[in-house]
Amino acid sequence: MSTKPTPRVRVPAKAAAGELIEIKTLISHEMESGQRKDVKGGTIPRKIINKFTASFNGKPVFVADWNPAISANPYQSFFFKAAESGEFTFAWKDDDGSEYTAKSKLTVG
Amino acid sequence: MKNSLERLSRRDSIKLAAAAFAAAAIAPRLAFADEKAVAAEIKKLYGDKAMGQGRIKLDVPEIAENGLVVPIGVEVESPMTDADYVKAVHVFADGNPQPGVVSYQFTPACGKASAATRMRLAQTQDVICIAEMSNGDLFSAKANVKVTIGGCGG
Repeated sequence: MSTKPTPRVRVPAKAAAGELIEIKTLISHEMESGQRKDVKGGTIPRKIINKFTASFNGKPVFVADWNPAISANPYQSFFFKAAESGEFTFAWKDDDGSEYTAKSKLTVG
Repeated sequence: MKNSLERLSRRDSIKLAAAAFAAAAIAPRLAFADEKAVAAEIKKLYGDKAMGQGRIKLDVPEIAENGLVVPIGVEVESPMTDADYVKAVHVFADGNPQPGVVSYQFTPACGKASAATRMRLAQTQDVICIAEMSNGDLFSAKANVKVTIGGCGG
């Protein structure tokens, strides 16, 4: 089940100024908890995405620190109050140091 | 976009179900956290500071058929202005191998201190949520989730 994690993000393309929008994100990842044993009885090493960050025009908006208790293919939703047009950057940080990113534009007006 | 999200989650749920059976088959006895471990984690973060009740809406199912994917939503009542907002929210589970589930950092730009994800619960247990306001006030909430292990409705 080890494939390259693919992020998916749902952000409305347009919003009115002051409108509260919900952002939904999903990334494919096994989120190996470090608790499971393999058939030989050895522990399967932990490998999870430990941090999710959402920024808008470079400014951090929302951060989630994930523990092994987060399900595989982690889903995360949160809210954002639209004020100006710009671009979101979403970043997922893996235990192995890799970072997966996604961007989406929001037009306000 | 909408469709691809929905399709993915359906496919994933099948994958997860398969993984659940595999995990159940080889899972050994694990050491679990308890109330004390959660209390210790909270103490590490905030010391012995008093906690208020209310303001947190913890949205978890009463009964979770599949402990591998339990939806959890947290909403904290707050005006979310620069002067008064929710700074952080921490979620703990007292019956998992490790007590921590997720920690959120909110900013006034969020407009609403609300977030949802999916978590793993090893067994029937309490889910504890602590919210830290921008002025340092703390609030807590707790909910019990019954987990039907194996996810076959038994």
